[in-house]
Amino acid sequence: MSQNSQAPRGEMVKIMLNGAEVQADPHWSLLEAIQFYGIDIPTLCHDEGLTPYGVCRLCVVEIGSGDKTKLVASCMHPVWEGLEVRTHSNRVIKTRKTILELLIARCPSSKKLQDMAALLELKEVRFEPLNDDCILCGLCVRMCEEQMGAKAIGFAGRGPERYITTPFDMNSEECRKCGACMYICPVVELRCQGPQAETVLCSGCINTEPVCAPDYGEAMCFMVPCLSCVKGPEDVK
Amino acid sequence: MTANESKVDSIIDEYNAEPGSLISILQDIQLEYNYLPEESLEYVAKILDIPRVQVFGVATFFKAFSLKPKGKQQIHVCMGTACHVRGSKKVLEELERKLEIKAGDTTDDGEYTLETVNCVGACALGPVVVENEKYHGEMTPIKVESLLNSKKV
Repeated sequence: MSQNSQAPRGEMVKIMLNGAEVQADPHWSLLEAIQFYGIDIPTLCHDEGLTPYGVCRLCVVEIGSGDKTKLVASCMHPVWEGLEVRTHSNRVIKTRKTILELLIARCPSSKKLQDMAALLELKEVRFEPLNDDCILCGLCVRMCEEQMGAKAIGFAGRGPERYITTPFDMNSEECRKCGACMYICPVVELRCQGPQAETVLCSGCINTEPVCAPDYGEAMCFMVPCLSCVKGPEDVK
Repeated sequence: MTANESKVDSIIDEYNAEPGSLISILQDIQLEYNYLPEESLEYVAKILDIPRVQVFGVATFFKAFSLKPKGKQQIHVCMGTACHVRGSKKVLEELERKLEIKAGDTTDDGEYTLETVNCVGACALGPVVVENEKYHGEMTPIKVESLLNSKKV
């Protein structure tokens, strides 16, 4: 983090993390400090090997105290002495759910988003589904540039017309077809193709106890429907 | 292409081939050709040593840049709130009908380009049509014909 980069290595600062006083390296981002202490907050556009981007806003946390609290994206926020952080306050959870709702409305077919909805216990999506196939998290663009060194894809357009593309929307000479962009894409994997009619929220796994998503994160439920959405024999086609 | 390259070369030289001057260079190319030819963008990327996709991203981000050739007469119809309530939609429809193109397109003979803008800052004159940087206030569908005819000498 730029404003703390002058601080000598090894000197720690104290931050209040959910009411507990903990030590943190001033070179960390707030998200790194939160994850270091084992607190799980959802992220989508963050990857350890890539520069933080701060677009998905799911890592939102509340900082400050009293009347002066504000919501920040923790992946882009520096840590400093005496910083007060709440990762699961009511305001944070409400905001996080709304953000996820908007993301799901854009891309209802993503397994990762659907799993996250089950984890955050999102019950309904109030926005009209767009059925897009990209949430513009920029992971593929950063992967291509920073890890693969190819710089074959990037953003084009602006505002609602923004999209990810190759130069001049044509086959790119720079692209080595390494597939790293697809490897890192959070929406490329399709959601559970259970026997029930497709709705915006798959939501069957919200009803399982405990919620299955954290235990079977890698399981490909689009290959094997988890059938948690099946309530009775009449649902099976 | 060599003739074009030398033109683009002189534009790039004006800015000492600095990657930070990308927007200024693209502006000058746009001024020269009325649009940004693909070859010139490829050439700029090569000379400035920046990724092609970055040049493409900048060229598509700004509305001032166009990747399609534009017509000699550029007609902008203001669709801002004040113009909208005074019937700019009808003016636009009349222009579309007369020129036989949709907003954002150029006529086949390369004479006219029709575009919409969201406000030109002349709300008191609405509906406003800007034609080659000349402002025409209080436009009506009837006035459209005389506007187009005055240009066809």
